[in-house]
Amino acid sequence: MSFSPILISLKTASLAILITFILGIFTAYIVVSIKSKGLKMVIDGILTMPLVLPPTVIGFMLLAIFGVNRPIGRLLLDFLGVKIVFSWTATVIAAIVISFPLMYRAARGAFEQVDETLIMAARTIGLNEWKIFWKIMMPLALPGVLSGGILSFARGLGEFGATAMIAGNIAGKTQTLPMAIYSEVAAGNMETARGYVWVVLTLSFFVVVSMNYFSVKRFDKSKSNASERLMEGEEWA
Amino acid sequence: MGLMIDIKKQYKDFTLEVNFDNRGSRLGILGASGSGKSMLLKCLAGIITPDEGKIILNGRPLFDSVQGINVKPQRRKIGYLFQNYALFPHMTVAENIGIGLPKADKDQMAKILKIMDRFHLTALSEKYPRQISGGQQQRVALARCMILEPEILLLDEPFSALDDHLKDHLQKEVMDYLSDFNGDVVLVSHSRDEIYRMSDSLMVMEHGKSSFMGTTHEAFKSPKYKYVAKLTGCKNFSDLEDDGTFYFAKSWGLQYPKTQFLDVPKYLGIRAHDFIVHHELIEMPSNRLLRGKVLRTVEDIFELTFYIKPLHPSVSEDAEVVFKIAKSKWENRKIPDALILEIPLEHLIPLYA
Repeated sequence: MSFSPILISLKTASLAILITFILGIFTAYIVVSIKSKGLKMVIDGILTMPLVLPPTVIGFMLLAIFGVNRPIGRLLLDFLGVKIVFSWTATVIAAIVISFPLMYRAARGAFEQVDETLIMAARTIGLNEWKIFWKIMMPLALPGVLSGGILSFARGLGEFGATAMIAGNIAGKTQTLPMAIYSEVAAGNMETARGYVWVVLTLSFFVVVSMNYFSVKRFDKSKSNASERLMEGEEWA
Repeated sequence: MGLMIDIKKQYKDFTLEVNFDNRGSRLGILGASGSGKSMLLKCLAGIITPDEGKIILNGRPLFDSVQGINVKPQRRKIGYLFQNYALFPHMTVAENIGIGLPKADKDQMAKILKIMDRFHLTALSEKYPRQISGGQQQRVALARCMILEPEILLLDEPFSALDDHLKDHLQKEVMDYLSDFNGDVVLVSHSRDEIYRMSDSLMVMEHGKSSFMGTTHEAFKSPKYKYVAKLTGCKNFSDLEDDGTFYFAKSWGLQYPKTQFLDVPKYLGIRAHDFIVHHELIEMPSNRLLRGKVLRTVEDIFELTFYIKPLHPSVSEDAEVVFKIAKSKWENRKIPDALILEIPLEHLIPLYA
């Protein structure tokens, strides 16, 4: 069992979540502030597509964008000397595109949960939109945003279909954990595959537990407050 | 100086059309829920943009559809006390109060301490909103508005979220805190008691339309319009029929000489508390006595309510008169089958529309 797929997977998922996290929050914020309901629905639909499409379809579309014979792929190659297809960057791109909808939807839900009158109140006491976002929206939406981030990280870590199509399965370069498991099984090396499976199981379990930790922490907070109030009694006026 | 507003706003099939000019007084806006009161306040604060018209505060245009002026809520200098107070749950009392102050303000801390002292919040400064009572939350919200020295303060149903036994106390308390506030106050409520106690002048809203009524006490005493009388708590109305020299009150079966009224009223009203009950027959002009069958009674803690069907033959089947009396005055009498009620002429309210 080589450690390279583990490292590649962790590197890929980490960089991908960094970008997805910021991009998802930013997009969610924009979509939440769109006033037209119809436009909101259409944009939301487009942004959610990667979640419902088969990953191979996403892979196909990514090839259609970054393929060396396609305009954008050609441009990147000719002017920057960057070849996306079958590079490590491609694994990151695939992970970002696939995990983005989870992050975006979680952040959007969390933002929409924030009581609208708080935002109105913030405006009437003079806070600008920037301050409202950082001091009111983000702190209140944080638990939801964080669990969205963890879920996206896990999704990026497990990405297979789109990665296979745009990044291939090059050992030591683009071979992530799911790829390695597939290759080892295909080659009949069940023992090695089992090792990778254990690694994935452990990582995923850790992710799910840490996600629960965030929601449990929220729950505990409200619980302790209720009992706190009971203990103190309601001091009126 | 003061607040001048003349706006129109269409939202789905609801039209808000408001026009008033308030000069440095406490304006009470009375209206049933759904009459557009909150929408009006949101237009004032800049949260909702009206379709057309203008809003001018102390000579400063906040909104003018013709000149294309629409000042942001942040710059309107309007204090808005929300119905649920809208305190930021993740900030302490002190942080809630101070967050609106500009960073550049050097006296920030001093100002926060001063206002917390004035609103008796110093002991709570490190508490979170969920750890303090509803009344305390309201004080925090009020302090958060007042620290910014607004030119006008909007109170949106400020006591509706509170228990009954707290309301009286807090109404007085809020009045005290506002006693040295020089700006306009606009109080929106569906509670006539609140409006009566806390406002100098009255505006009534119905289906998005506003009517200015003059001083609150005068408007409650002689409401002039039927819907205003209803909103101020009047329960009994009768259509008037012109019988030549008399007006005939159809729902009560009583007639009044035309000379009794200065104008031409369309209806008469009388409040449920204003009848005088007679337990035995008395001599009195017939148009001052209403005889009726007791249909049902409702007993409250301090009060009895009678629903009475007037006995006059020309009164329609569904006519009903509501009469309320304090239990202490009723003195534990048996509920009779019929009642004789005197209508004191000075309590008759002539209504013109």
